[in-house]
Amino acid sequence: MASFEPRIVAFLCNWCSYTGADLAGTSRKKYNANVVAIRVMCSGRVDPEFVFRAFEKGADGVLICGCHPGDCHYIDGNHKTAGRYPMVRNMLEQFGIDPKRFRLEWVSASEGDRYAQVVNETIETVRALGPLEWPKRLNESDTASPA
Amino acid sequence: MSKPRVGVFVCHCGSNIGSIVDVPAVAAFATGLDNVVYAQEHKYMCSDPGQEMIRDAIKEHQLNRVVVASCSPLMHEPTFRKTCDEAGLNGYLFQMANLREQVSWVTEDKAAATEKAKVVVRAAVQRVADHTELHTTTKPCTPATLVIGGGVAGIEAALQLASSDTKVHLVEREPSIGGAMAKFDKTFPTLDCAACILTPKMVQAYTHPNITVHAYSEVVDLSGYVGNFQAKIHHKASYVNNEKCTGCGACLQKCPVKRVPHEWEQNLMNRRAIYTPFAQAVPNKPVIDAQHCTMLLKGKCGICAKVCEAGAIEYDQAPEGTYETIDIGNVIVATGMKTFDPTPMKALGYGRIPDVYTALEFERMCHASGPTEGHVVKKTNGVLTHGGAAPKAVALVHCVGSRDKNYNEHCSRVCCMYSLKYAHLIKEHVPGCEVYDFYIDMRCAGKGYEEFYNRLLREDVRFIRGKVAEVNNWAIYPEEEGRLVVRVEDTLVGTTRRIPVDMVVLATGLEPAEGAKALAQTLHMSCSNDGFYLERHPKLAPVSTATEGIFVAGCCQSPKDIPDSVAQGAAAAAQAIAMIKRGTVEIEPTTAHVLEELCSGCQICIPLCPYDAISRDEERRLAVIEPAKCKGCGTCVGACPSSALQQWGFDDKQIYAEIDGILANA
Repeated sequence: MASFEPRIVAFLCNWCSYTGADLAGTSRKKYNANVVAIRVMCSGRVDPEFVFRAFEKGADGVLICGCHPGDCHYIDGNHKTAGRYPMVRNMLEQFGIDPKRFRLEWVSASEGDRYAQVVNETIETVRALGPLEWPKRLNESDTASPA
Repeated sequence: MSKPRVGVFVCHCGSNIGSIVDVPAVAAFATGLDNVVYAQEHKYMCSDPGQEMIRDAIKEHQLNRVVVASCSPLMHEPTFRKTCDEAGLNGYLFQMANLREQVSWVTEDKAAATEKAKVVVRAAVQRVADHTELHTTTKPCTPATLVIGGGVAGIEAALQLASSDTKVHLVEREPSIGGAMAKFDKTFPTLDCAACILTPKMVQAYTHPNITVHAYSEVVDLSGYVGNFQAKIHHKASYVNNEKCTGCGACLQKCPVKRVPHEWEQNLMNRRAIYTPFAQAVPNKPVIDAQHCTMLLKGKCGICAKVCEAGAIEYDQAPEGTYETIDIGNVIVATGMKTFDPTPMKALGYGRIPDVYTALEFERMCHASGPTEGHVVKKTNGVLTHGGAAPKAVALVHCVGSRDKNYNEHCSRVCCMYSLKYAHLIKEHVPGCEVYDFYIDMRCAGKGYEEFYNRLLREDVRFIRGKVAEVNNWAIYPEEEGRLVVRVEDTLVGTTRRIPVDMVVLATGLEPAEGAKALAQTLHMSCSNDGFYLERHPKLAPVSTATEGIFVAGCCQSPKDIPDSVAQGAAAAAQAIAMIKRGTVEIEPTTAHVLEELCSGCQICIPLCPYDAISRDEERRLAVIEPAKCKGCGTCVGACPSSALQQWGFDDKQIYAEIDGILANA
């Protein structure tokens, strides 16, 4: 198989992780270009359906980054994200998606290095898992189901 | 709303984006996207001509949506929103695509960067089609400022604010304001007496009608939002009624509990159980240390109450203190620093060898009201008194706990200069004393600093370039008998040396103040990796933070000297005054709202809101959001099982469009 380039969607909270991702840029830390970030005000805004939507539209992996526990700009939004995380992993597993494709990490506004590292690690993990091709599999299951 | 007509403006940012991303290709790609009626590139989109181009295009092409693909929205989103507004287009019908911080600066491969840039632009174009007009709301700003920390930065900020007729609450956790500077003897490079220049400012702050000094108090909670904060202040129990106390000091003389280590004097001497930290304390009101007062511990004594003619001693104060909530418009954090504790650096002998001192200990030794009344002397039987023997040679060791990956990577910025000051003071206090100054690099960047170094070069100080490996008291040679030995590699001569001295002063670096992290969490601020508070922008917004209405000043942001701390205090005050003078603050419209036809009244959202902004309308069985309380985190929106909650500017449709845009050809 030719080198597989996974596609990762990252949801970043505005205050810590998006700022941290910007800092990675300001300090010219290089990371793989296969990740594209979506800015939300708090990681708590990430509806589990966003994760499913991303896989449904062809993402090979999804990353959520928020403030470290205790550092949330909105007191404890990140704790609520952490609370939802096991549920989302379970659901992905039930869908037949390896939960390793979905990752939650804490990245502070001063952790540009760490953001670059998390992104690269995530991409390598997903690359090792191979393409998900969830849209194709959804189509196949649709056509295979009895009318 | 009529069909979206999107204009896409791609910025080269000089060569910042343009040298990695093929900007013309991205603009050409944008032209082919749905709804895009116009796409253009510019060398500097944020420049006047760049913005003019956007304004002209909005009018000429009847654009009703705008995407600017340039730097981070954290940088220029407000700029381009304003540009749109000026052209008659609501600023929220705009989306920014971050091609610089998150594409060109982080990607090595040009083709990959260009492809990613196209994806980011496509996501923004798809998202912006679902944007709606939004309007900021204007709220009045409470004309009062909370200054946390009564060091020189906080005092300066408070005085500047007060002189503009702004009410100031100055909160200091110690019994007196003054901070670190109050402990200093002289200040470099002018050798001004620290107390002579600071105490007038302390008194001025305390007596200013616009400033309320809350000494021996801490901020324990901050709620509300920019312009309308509520701070909860904890007044610790001092067991002294400040209204009645005249500051006569009779109690300080008579208290029989005399052997309490004096923290303010770096534990080099003792204080009583009732004390003021230093003679010029402001406010000049003693506090009783409940840990050591026998009256409070065992109910026996009561001498201070007997000698207090004003009847100010109140043993029956509630030990947990009192709480007060104040309304303020903005906050200046000036909580300072602490000095590095060199105990873990065993090789330097601190805590093991009696005459090894930290910088602050030595500072107090030089001070006329310190443990030795200003005499530079060695300890006698482990105790420091003014009658001790004068040293014949003193070593100054730079970079202790600074520029050291085992402890702190940062340079503490002041240690070279204060070490030079000590070299001068030693020569002044002990004529004929040899001074050895062990440095790695001499960093004297500041007005008059290099000149001060040159002066010291002529004052017969021995400068030795080398990081000290060890301080011990094991003599090998006769001249080392009964003395300390500094072992060092002299990197200019290229040899290792043993230098006998009688006293060692460690130039201990600066670290974030005790409790800095906890306060950051209370105020919802961020810290840098070194633990100092994170400014909004290291160059252009050095006293602002990511939280609107909270400013930082002085050493809490990074190590700095007195002139820089004062400058930041004044700068933070200017920003606070500007906000208060305007009288109003703009509140972002990105709050959550309820789509009533979808809400089932399940109440999942209610306990999720950290601000109690959601309640249930029992009659209609619906969730109701109080917009004034909502801060727009969107946590409730992310949790609503019926998608009945939405967030202005971040609704499901918009985020789905962005996801779809990213993955469009997957």
